[in-house]
Amino acid sequence: MIDWFSIVMGTALFLMMIPMVYRIWVGPTPFDRMLAVNVIGTKTAVLLVIIGTLFGRVDMFVDFAIAYALLNFVSAIVVSRYLNRTVSLRDMEEKEKAKEVEA
Amino acid sequence: MIHVQAVLPVVAEAVDKGGGIFPLQLIGFALGVLGLVFFLGTAVGMIRFPDFYTRMHAAGKGDTLSTMLMLAGFALVTMEDFSLGSWLLVVKIMAIVLFLYITCPTSTHALMRAAFEDDEMPLEEKDLAKRKKK
Repeated sequence: MIDWFSIVMGTALFLMMIPMVYRIWVGPTPFDRMLAVNVIGTKTAVLLVIIGTLFGRVDMFVDFAIAYALLNFVSAIVVSRYLNRTVSLRDMEEKEKAKEVEA
Repeated sequence: MIHVQAVLPVVAEAVDKGGGIFPLQLIGFALGVLGLVFFLGTAVGMIRFPDFYTRMHAAGKGDTLSTMLMLAGFALVTMEDFSLGSWLLVVKIMAIVLFLYITCPTSTHALMRAAFEDDEMPLEEKDLAKRKKK
């Protein structure tokens, strides 16, 4: 029963990752792609726990899941810092005010 | 082992067949399926929403909640006896849940801030009307 449940849950999770791959493929902005990668990484931690349940070694696979979640978080923060052009919000507001004055 | 024969006839049949279901595991199955439902919402939102910020709304919330529900469900499913090892396992899985509960909104927020400072503007109604005309 537990095996059946694990197989069904893992297959459903894997099938629902396909929309995320679609978003990575056609995403108009790089932020869309990074968001989909983030979602897939979070779900992979769950998938590792499911695989551990199937193999009967959850105590080992849980550590893998913790490490994967850590790496996923770090990669999301680093890529969002990299994509950021570090234009501060105050500069943007000044730019908009200048545009309004010109118009 | 908890005696369930008197509680639920269906569960009692499964136990007689050797399946070995506990009420705790039934709660775990329910939590896992609920998590799948929330993740389905995330998947549909990622495809159908028109804008980066709306997609982030779908992904950020549904991702965190469905991960928490599924991990809690598997923590209950894998708990066969109440020994020290299985309690340690539950504590470890709950540590993942706690960690994701902190980091998922943080990474979503960082990504949103990067997009907003990168002059990525949200859609307005005129943009939607323009898109419909095409």
